[in-house]
Amino acid sequence: MKTLKDCEKACRVKVLKLNTSGDLKQRLISFGIMKESVLEVLEHAPAKSTIEVKIGKMRIALRAQEAELIEVEKV
Amino acid sequence: MSEIEKQCPITANHIKVALVGQPNVGKSMLINSVSNAHLHVGNFSGVTVDKTEVLFDYKDYHFTVVDLPGTYAFTDYTIEERVTHDYLCAEDYDIIINVVDATNLEKNLQLTSELLTMSKKVIIALNMIDEAEKENIHIDAEYMSELLGVPCVKVSAATKMGIEDLIDAVIQKHESDKNRPKLVFSEPVEEEIAQIVWYLDKHKFQSENSYRNIAINLLKNNKKTYEKLHDEPIWTELQPILIEASRHIELHHDSDDVKEAFAEEYASFNRGIVAEVLKQENTKEQKTLTEKIDNILIHPLFGIPIFLFFMWGLFQLTFEIGAIPMEYIDAFFIWLGDTIGATIGNADVRSLVVDGIIAGVGAVVLFVPNIIILFIGIALLESTGYMSRVAFLLDGFFHKFGLHGQSFIPLVTGFGCSIPAYMSARILKNDRDRLLTLFIIGFMSCGARLPVYVLFAGAFFPQEMAGSVLFIIYVSGAMLGLVAAKVLKLTAFKGVDEPFVMEMPKYRLPSVKLIWHTVLTKTMMYLKKAGTFIAGAAMLVWFLSNYPHNPTLQEEYWTKIEKASSESEKIHLQNRLDEALLEQSYLGTIGKFSEPLFAPLGFDWKMSVALQTGLAAKEVVVSTLGVLYALGSDVDSESDSLTTAISENIPFASAVAFIVVIMIYLPCLAASIVFTREAGHIKYFFYLLFFTSLVAYIMAFIAYNITLMVA
Repeated sequence: MKTLKDCEKACRVKVLKLNTSGDLKQRLISFGIMKESVLEVLEHAPAKSTIEVKIGKMRIALRAQEAELIEVEKV
Repeated sequence: MSEIEKQCPITANHIKVALVGQPNVGKSMLINSVSNAHLHVGNFSGVTVDKTEVLFDYKDYHFTVVDLPGTYAFTDYTIEERVTHDYLCAEDYDIIINVVDATNLEKNLQLTSELLTMSKKVIIALNMIDEAEKENIHIDAEYMSELLGVPCVKVSAATKMGIEDLIDAVIQKHESDKNRPKLVFSEPVEEEIAQIVWYLDKHKFQSENSYRNIAINLLKNNKKTYEKLHDEPIWTELQPILIEASRHIELHHDSDDVKEAFAEEYASFNRGIVAEVLKQENTKEQKTLTEKIDNILIHPLFGIPIFLFFMWGLFQLTFEIGAIPMEYIDAFFIWLGDTIGATIGNADVRSLVVDGIIAGVGAVVLFVPNIIILFIGIALLESTGYMSRVAFLLDGFFHKFGLHGQSFIPLVTGFGCSIPAYMSARILKNDRDRLLTLFIIGFMSCGARLPVYVLFAGAFFPQEMAGSVLFIIYVSGAMLGLVAAKVLKLTAFKGVDEPFVMEMPKYRLPSVKLIWHTVLTKTMMYLKKAGTFIAGAAMLVWFLSNYPHNPTLQEEYWTKIEKASSESEKIHLQNRLDEALLEQSYLGTIGKFSEPLFAPLGFDWKMSVALQTGLAAKEVVVSTLGVLYALGSDVDSESDSLTTAISENIPFASAVAFIVVIMIYLPCLAASIVFTREAGHIKYFFYLLFFTSLVAYIMAFIAYNITLMVA
């Protein structure tokens, strides 16, 4: 199983599943991170603690812990 | 005739507009353009944390526009989103203006589609249309109005383009009957909706909202709709239908979460709309300017050094440029004191005005140049979009200490003054994170503590080392703050880590007008504090150090002074008199009383008193020490004689302990009041008082004993 956390810079992936529930899931969905959406990894913060992804025209920063909950596949 | 007019003729021609949109799409700026108000505008999500009402007249109408905090969707994730959601569902208003960012239409429409399921009139303002055109994005607003069934108006809040069209559209919509917005779902969902609508229709269910919207909200598990229907007799029959319908939809979307299923429905509807109305020329993939800048500013290796350089530059400017007008301000207050003092006959009143009020207020106004520079720096940080980048860079580091990436903003502000720092902690969504940040802001040494540090560094270290000592004091304070955060996180503010999911806004050139307004408002607030609170505190300290009078003591010394042979002996005796008077003043009594408490730290009663007056404001510490070491009250840190007096009278170990206490304990009374307001309860103030005093005492005790051993 590949998650967003494992993705390298400039990698384009499609979201397969959000392995979370409740508030965080709603939050991710409201940012457009949901099944079928395509993300591009833009940058990692030092020690890969935080990831910046691009979805549509929006850039979103999320922690590695959150990225780990997003199941993806390469496109 | 609308319903409102029928009910209440007084509010005829009054239109109440709710301004809704995702964060950072320019809602506040749009209000400013419409009404010439001056709401705070920034370039990150969460500038508006509470709703604000603005009134204005246009043509024959009175308008009330309510600026609601930005919300990504109808969830209650953050305080602001809760404010918006509750307002839209429960409050009385006539029309919604949904502000959308035209450069990012698809994402913005996600909120729009949720708004369309409410039984309210909606207008869509396609904001930043000028920016969109620049990016070769063309939107067919007329076609979009037709597809969605609600008016869509192109506007630009920044250039005030299309503002009148927007208000005209609001009036027109207000006068017209409600028309049903068009929101189309996939076939399976439409079937379920149709069935519920049929059921409601069969039972002639009474409702303001359309059957279709009720059906959609029920399927979406909308709590408020459920609550409304739950007590209705038809509920028993409706419930099984709903359960079955939800099961079908979840099956169709291969998900166990009906909310997720609806989000996907909305997303595909919006994709359809965008495909129809939006034409973008020049579709070849090229890096935007923002991405190019980000390549440098959030570089994994250079990002943090660049940020540190910016911060160093800001502090350098704050202290270097800020020092230039300080001399003149100081001279002005001395002149003002002399001039006004000369016109007052009564010695007590003169002393109160000159030594109390003017000296006290002057000490605070002295820092206005520093404050202005710092505020400009922070306004730039806010309005360019760089702040979110720093939160991104620092989150990993801060997270190790139990802090949230966004905590850095209030903490940095805290180096200037704790008061704006406490207020800016509002950007933290989670109450626990916010409280934790509030508790450690005090560890970031504020500008008002600088004079104390300068005084002591100058007294005990050679000139060339004093600067480095200052730097060490600031850095060790900040480090101690991080450790304190960790301790608090492990004990008092234990809890699950708040997820860090944050939008990184596009970089924008800040407008001079905007920065001017922000800085002016903040500076005026600071000056107001100087004129009101500091003036009051100064009067109190003056009173405590001057009363009760002791005429016998005075006369005794006066005779001695008259008999004195040399001028220097006279001055010496005068100083001795001042000291004796002070010792028996209220302040002296307090000092003597609290002396045993501070004895383990090596403080005499004078240092104890200086620390206590410092509770009012740190500026007062230096002037109190000046008074207490019998040099007269108009002593500042530049004065060599006070520096000498301190190096002669205070042992080195005691001085170190004193600095440690100054670094850690409560910033000042005004800050404490703001802290209490921001924390939300008086009990937090007592926690803070206890926590900082305890830490200060323990750290000072350790520092005192280590220094004694080493020296």
